[in-house]
Amino acid sequence: MNFPSKLIEDAVSEISRLPGIGKKTALRLTLHILKQPESFSQSLTAAISKLRTEIDYCKKCHNIADQEICSICLGTRRDRSTICVVEDIPDVLAIENTSQYNGLYHVLGGVISPIQGIGPEELKIDSLLNRIDEQLGSEPVQEVILALSATMEGDTTSFFITRKLKEKGIKVSTIARGIPIGGELEYTDEVTLGRSILTRVNYNLE
Amino acid sequence: MHLKNIKLNQFKNYKQERAVFSKEINCFLGMNGSGKTNLLDAIHYLCFTRSAFNSIDSQNILHYESFFTIAGEFDREGKDLELRCIFEAGKKKQLVLAGKAYEKMSDHIGQFPVVMIAPDDIQLIKGGSEDRRKFVDSMLSQLDRNYLQSLVRYQHFLKQRNALLKQFAEGGRFDKELLEPYNIELISLSKVISQKRLEFIENFSPKLEHHYRVISDSKEAVSVGYESHCEPEGFEKVFRDSLHRDLALKRTNKGIHRDDFAFEIDGFPLKKYGSQGQQKSYLIALKLSQFQVLEEGMGVKPILLLDDIFDKLDDARIEKMVSLVADHQFGQLFITDARPERSKQILASIDSEKAFFRIDNGTIRAED
Repeated sequence: MNFPSKLIEDAVSEISRLPGIGKKTALRLTLHILKQPESFSQSLTAAISKLRTEIDYCKKCHNIADQEICSICLGTRRDRSTICVVEDIPDVLAIENTSQYNGLYHVLGGVISPIQGIGPEELKIDSLLNRIDEQLGSEPVQEVILALSATMEGDTTSFFITRKLKEKGIKVSTIARGIPIGGELEYTDEVTLGRSILTRVNYNLE
Repeated sequence: MHLKNIKLNQFKNYKQERAVFSKEINCFLGMNGSGKTNLLDAIHYLCFTRSAFNSIDSQNILHYESFFTIAGEFDREGKDLELRCIFEAGKKKQLVLAGKAYEKMSDHIGQFPVVMIAPDDIQLIKGGSEDRRKFVDSMLSQLDRNYLQSLVRYQHFLKQRNALLKQFAEGGRFDKELLEPYNIELISLSKVISQKRLEFIENFSPKLEHHYRVISDSKEAVSVGYESHCEPEGFEKVFRDSLHRDLALKRTNKGIHRDDFAFEIDGFPLKKYGSQGQQKSYLIALKLSQFQVLEEGMGVKPILLLDDIFDKLDDARIEKMVSLVADHQFGQLFITDARPERSKQILASIDSEKAFFRIDNGTIRAED
């Protein structure tokens, strides 16, 4: 793509580095910004710079935070005896949006995969164990819920963490897997369906 | 099930050709390099989504062209089904059954079973254990989806564990607990897979013995044995005892990825002690057993592709083969031969419906 201006070219090349944005979309966004009053681009860049310099990661759960400790960890109505372990930040948002969970979180930052060079040291696994030890005196953790991806790497990581937690005598559970609500059996893939049959649950009349 | 006709477009040395087949015996006659085997391969493509010889699709396009298509009409239980395989260089291969493209190629495998006997197959006997595992795995995967699933998982965990062993060696450290998830998965999957392989071989070996006897008319006892250190009892210990070796060699030494299938004649390895003729008979017996296994598992007779087989067998064995054909043990049959008179003479005694095709430099001509 040829640009009439070096300034536009620079802007396009920066914007197109964002995920899901190609050169054409980047150009459209650039031209859109140009059409807006100057104040728009100033507040946009200010917001981005501020985000980058001032955002923090929670010292406890490694979720995004505005301060040292995130709003969830600080929340007074949160059940502090339950910790839900997730892979990444979007997973926290996804579970929060269900409104079905009122405990704390722990963001690992990925899953174990030796092929990609990711071991436990690269993840926040030690931090999880320390955190449980620290809470022991004041507000002991009763249960850890593993909410990792249903992939082979997710399973390996769950297994590894469960082993570590068993030594501490904490109840470990993992989220259920099966047919999506509103989903039809015939369109469910064989592996999921097979597993749902194997791990079926008792029908509860109440 | 049989293939009624085929249309080739820019496939290998065919520019644009078509042929209408007999539902019983089809014989492709022509000189070396005329395209007989390529025609068999086109049929293999339709049935198995890929070439039996060259796994790189782009190398199967006619020189200086950019795509090929193979289209064929099958008759399956009285129903006509059109199957089309389209490949354009740089794009994804497409397989279209009755106007609908497959999302996953693997969904097609097993729908139109096919067995090919080709000169290259001798690798199965002479080559390494990997060839034999592939042979058995391809049959088992077609018959049992769960087997394929377990195998894919196993290979994935094995790759992860080996990567980890390598990191331990390079970093000069060792974390027993980090290795454990992979140990557990590999041990349990090894047990499942080896059990299925064992059951399969127990069912397969008598079939092999039977076919060998029919073909070779000989007294030798042949068998195929399952060689594995993954017996359910004690495998866990075998696997765990190998840890030091695993660490030293930076790879996993015990497990179903090291299994082999022992081809034996009178209790001795066929590879070392079998004569050329015995090896050939064994190979054909293997393929005929494969035919039988697929037929039993899928309820239809696979299409049988015989590449240059008359050239490799002596008269007595050819006669036996032909008697099996005459006996209607097979469904549709495709044979290639560089010597027209020989094939015609051999097949003359058989009352099956026959069609002969003259293949010449990328053209197909049906003979009367």
